Amino acid sequence: MKIYHLITATAVPLLLLALTGCAPKNPTQAITGDAAEKVYVAPGKHDAYYSFVSGGFSGQVSVYGLPSGRLFRVIPVFSQDPQTGWGYSEETKPMLNTSHGFTPWDDSHHIALSTTNGEHDGKWVFINGNNTPRIARISLKTFRTEEVIEIPNASGNHSSPFLTENSEYAVAGTRFSFPLDYDGETVDVPINSYKKNFKGTVSFVSINKESGNMAVAFQLLLPGINFDLSRGGRGPSKDWFFFSCYNTELANTLLEVNASQKDKDFIMAVNWKKAEQYIAAGKGKKLNVNYAHNVYSDETHTSTSTMIKEILALDPIELKDIVYFMPCPKSPHGCDVDPSGKYIVGSGKLAALIPVFSFDKMIAAIAAKNFEGEFEGIPVLKYESVLHGEVKKPGLGPLHTEFDGKGFAYTSMFVSSEIVKWNIENLTVVDRVPTYYSIGHLSIPGGPTAKPHGQYVIAYNKITKDRYLPTGPELTQSAQIYDISGEKMKLLLDFPTIGEPHYAEALPAKLVEPNSVKFFKIEDNKHPYVTKSEKEAKVVRQGNQVHVYMTCIRSHFVPDNIEGIKMGDVLYFHITNLEQDWDVPHGFAIKGANNAELLIMPGETATLKWSPDRVGVSPMYCTDFCSALHQEMQGYVRVSPAGSSTPLKWSTGETPEANLSADVK
Amino acid sequence: MKLKILMASMLSISLFACTSKQEAEDAAKNSPSPVEAAAEQPEVHGVEIKDLELTNPLNKEWITNGEKIYDSKCLSCHKLTDEKVVGPGWKGVTQRRKPIWIMNMILNVEIMLDEDPEAQLLLEQCLIRMPNQNLTHDEARQVVEFMRHNDGEK
Repeated sequence: MKIYHLITATAVPLLLLALTGCAPKNPTQAITGDAAEKVYVAPGKHDAYYSFVSGGFSGQVSVYGLPSGRLFRVIPVFSQDPQTGWGYSEETKPMLNTSHGFTPWDDSHHIALSTTNGEHDGKWVFINGNNTPRIARISLKTFRTEEVIEIPNASGNHSSPFLTENSEYAVAGTRFSFPLDYDGETVDVPINSYKKNFKGTVSFVSINKESGNMAVAFQLLLPGINFDLSRGGRGPSKDWFFFSCYNTELANTLLEVNASQKDKDFIMAVNWKKAEQYIAAGKGKKLNVNYAHNVYSDETHTSTSTMIKEILALDPIELKDIVYFMPCPKSPHGCDVDPSGKYIVGSGKLAALIPVFSFDKMIAAIAAKNFEGEFEGIPVLKYESVLHGEVKKPGLGPLHTEFDGKGFAYTSMFVSSEIVKWNIENLTVVDRVPTYYSIGHLSIPGGPTAKPHGQYVIAYNKITKDRYLPTGPELTQSAQIYDISGEKMKLLLDFPTIGEPHYAEALPAKLVEPNSVKFFKIEDNKHPYVTKSEKEAKVVRQGNQVHVYMTCIRSHFVPDNIEGIKMGDVLYFHITNLEQDWDVPHGFAIKGANNAELLIMPGETATLKWSPDRVGVSPMYCTDFCSALHQEMQGYVRVSPAGSSTPLKWSTGETPEANLSADVK
Repeated sequence: MKLKILMASMLSISLFACTSKQEAEDAAKNSPSPVEAAAEQPEVHGVEIKDLELTNPLNKEWITNGEKIYDSKCLSCHKLTDEKVVGPGWKGVTQRRKPIWIMNMILNVEIMLDEDPEAQLLLEQCLIRMPNQNLTHDEARQVVEFMRHNDGEK
């Protein structure tokens, strides 16, 4: 097993080297003596960068420090998280609502950190939900998901949520074209009628500059091809957005073969400023749709989900000058714009070269109508007329490209398992290092912005194999940090990741660290069921619903004895954490709960629903070790048979009569 | 197998040069200074209160505000009688302690629990580090006024 593995990991790049030139160092040679020093962050010291890493099939986002590779937190986004109560507490359930109802999982692929003038501004993290198309926005003050918007008329939201230069828009595109039902036509069509009935769309989701709130601003109706990845332009190309497209064969089965027939697919160029002008001029058509928009508030500590029924769409075939195709060899995957905004790098998964397109040439070719024809009504520019040049024989299976701000590009090579460094202007390969194994995305802090910090590149690999102590058939995913500050890339460190990381972005810690919220002010808590003082704690019955207004502080709950609950009741524990100090959450769990626990931050209110299923006394307790007397932080709920006459009462610190009489006995 | 790989790798290294020297020099010249590692994060302990002037008669508005703050941020652990629950009861506290000591317990509890012998004695008795409830200086002063009122001062 191991031998085979070594053969594939080593022999493939070597084979290639015979053709192209630069030898990867073997793993032991690759590590230099000072590697440990370069990633060692002493106890109590902080990392220089925050890195936000997509969780892939975990549906979440993880937060790492660089260069140490230490995991700080997993932020729940699209998937329920029982340890924080995300998607289980009454307050957060609406965040996972979609037009399909409660949708407690997704596949999160791409991180987009907000930018101003093309540089990271440290405000928000955006992440796509691939399976049930969504975009989420995470606050970099609270590190919590504040907003989730569903994308209508979409399937497989893969080319998302990449941003424009000033975060005016996040984009969303259909990886899976499918029959759209906005006009009331039947969507119950044969799958093999793909060419006739299946359509793609690309949506532009506007982002409010102050609040970050998102809205689907407009949607482009497009041919039924697959949109894969995308990037916004910047500088000279700031009004444009670029999408890689595959399956221009319009295949609906065995795409592995059938969508790999043509020599070239496309990079789609979208003039979103032009689209904005058409929308302003009233050229948008209203389409009937149904999608969810979910917003969380730090003031009420609750979320709302609103269904929206209408969007504006533009038909680029009719409007002519919004969308153009640039031919790109062999099923392009990555579509990356260099820091200057002058070049667009397409990475054909199956191509033996990397084409680099020139934005200036593209504009000139459009002006000169240098078209080779049309595809489904959209003009296709001549390949040679838009090409800056090709990186010849860079390696096998180019996927993604990041930039160091020093004139070099770094492309991940999945098949040959390496990172290849090349010169953007003269397109020559200058260095290559092996990755362990089969790299997917790669990330340079600031790498996709106008201002990269060319100090490290991190490889996010698809295959782990023998890199760590084995843990059965299922392994953690592996990432690797390389020092790129010098002429040669140098391997520094392996670190494990959660889920399956796809894209990640990193930014200097100083842009985020000072703004991190420490606790929520209890005075500002506007939760409808807040209990701001133990004096206000109470239990209120409304029919069979019982609302418990509970407080917690080190180390007791008020109330902690509750009686008069009957079978058939539904309890809502609305628990307010009265602490006003950093890092003092309290947990709450009750026996037999069919959902999860709550983890309540200082000053916050959270609600757990509990439907008792048996008569008796159920204990509840704090799950987060909070003080020396944490183990004493507990209480009881007495559940009586339906129809019994046990009076509703609650208390903390009273010596109950039953105990007194027991003593007497 | 291993031998063949080794030979192949030696061959490829010897045949091709990897980087032009000029490019490497350019890259080194233009590289930005490394982002400085963020400094150690000092814990925030607030500012020590060194003196405090008490006046009579008591400020009624402060008493009312102090009581509100007490309800929300102190009552969970401190009763207004001399009964100890989580922390000591407040009855007589303004006679037992100097006002500066009380202010520092509220505003700088971390320092007090680390350095003040009296505060450390209380920690031994109560076994819970009093939390910093993040009151402002004015709020703490109002709580002291409420304590004086609770102790019968006019």
